[in-house]
Amino acid sequence: MAAGSRVQVPTEVRRGEPFEVKISVRHPMETGFRVDDMGKPIARNTIHEFICRYNGTPVFAANLGSGIAANPYLRFFVTALDSGELKFEWVDDAGERGDAAATLRVTG
Amino acid sequence: MRIGILLLALLAGNTFAQTPAIPASELRSGVSFGSAELRAMQSDDFANPGMLWVERGQKLWQTPVGSAGRACASCHSDASLALKGVAARYPVVNASDRRVIDLEARINACRTSQQKAPALAAESEDLLALTAFVAHQSRGMPLAVSISDSARAFFDQGRDFYYARHGQMDLSCADCHEHNWGRKLLAETISQGHPNAYPAYRLEWQSLGSLARRIRACLFGIRAQMLASDDPQLTALELFLAWRADGLPVEAPGVRR
Ligand code: HEC
Ligand code: HEC
Repeated sequence: MAAGSRVQVPTEVRRGEPFEVKISVRHPMETGFRVDDMGKPIARNTIHEFICRYNGTPVFAANLGSGIAANPYLRFFVTALDSGELKFEWVDDAGERGDAAATLRVTG
Repeated sequence: MRIGILLLALLAGNTFAQTPAIPASELRSGVSFGSAELRAMQSDDFANPGMLWVERGQKLWQTPVGSAGRACASCHSDASLALKGVAARYPVVNASDRRVIDLEARINACRTSQQKAPALAAESEDLLALTAFVAHQSRGMPLAVSISDSARAFFDQGRDFYYARHGQMDLSCADCHEHNWGRKLLAETISQGHPNAYPAYRLEWQSLGSLARRIRACLFGIRAQMLASDDPQLTALELFLAWRADGLPVEAPGVRR
């Protein structure tokens, strides 16, 4: 499946001040409870692990599952001391991995 | 009594064909019938899941495909200029073969004849993405389709389909979207049935979907014979829908229940 994602962070943040990170990921989040037009069960496939690192250090992690709607949209707060890169990684039940990144400039 | 109503309907259909049944002052986009959460989701470009497709469409726009080795952008250069307002005047009659085509068909025509690439399947991720990207460039612009000259026959066909009764429930599109808008149908509020938000993200679909898919869902709802997604009658109907929504701003990608 050709995944996609969108990330939004401020381009510039102040040292030590919390800022909001938003990410939305294209994913069907198949619950495993649905059947196709022929009555055949559709295999469960959800993103089950999501992690965000800042300059290598984990700053946010989530376990998602079948209770989350398709195309999950996550928002959380992070503080930064130095400029650097936010990296997002996730993996679904089919073993498919996705990633995204955003760079931040820290001032003050 | 029944015959009287039918006669009236026929007369109305002919006499007032040039003015939509819902006057411009009462036109309301489907989003205005949605909940506050739904409206917020549509208007926030980050929360709107349809923007995932728009972004994907932008990448596809720049990627060369097919044996011609060309990207959409190779010929159309700056999308925000070249495509501005295009979605607001579709469907149109295609000059070369005199058929009525919607935006999806136009994009596929460029795929096959210009890029020399295979056509994209209806409702495929890529066709939805390109359509959402193209339509998004017209966001906020008023719908303004032409129904004159060669478009007239298709318009008539679409209007006739709209006012005819269909399916086991023996209902016309107008029975719900012109005579009962604002009323509840099970959990939904019936809107005026406008096309300006499509392709739209429907929570029930958990995906973006085309206007054709939405219309097919209505046909399914009244247990009518299904129109194939490339049936010319469906495109003619889309033309009629755009005309009766004349002036409503393009919202694509909209968000719906
Ligand atoms: C039994 C009532 C009923 C009939 C008949 C019906 N629809 Fe609908 N339609 C709905 C409902 C309910 C919705 C979802 C809520 C809404 O947006 O109106 C809907 C939605 C739509 C929408 C999307 C509007 C939006 O803003 O998202 C369009 C377009 C539409 N219908 C077109 C048609 C057409 C064309 C026909 C005739 C082939 C038709 N409908 C027949 C009930 C009906
Ligand atoms: C080799 C050049 C070429 C490529 C590549 C190409 N197009 Fe086109 N496109 C054209 C030409 C020429 C027209 C005008 C054709 C006409 O009016 O019949 C056109 C028309 C259009 C229109 C309608 C514009 C209007 O004002 O009605 C749209 C939308 C469009 N193209 C989208 C696309 C998309 C999306 C792609 C990529 C999938 C694409 N085109 C690739 C040459 C190209």
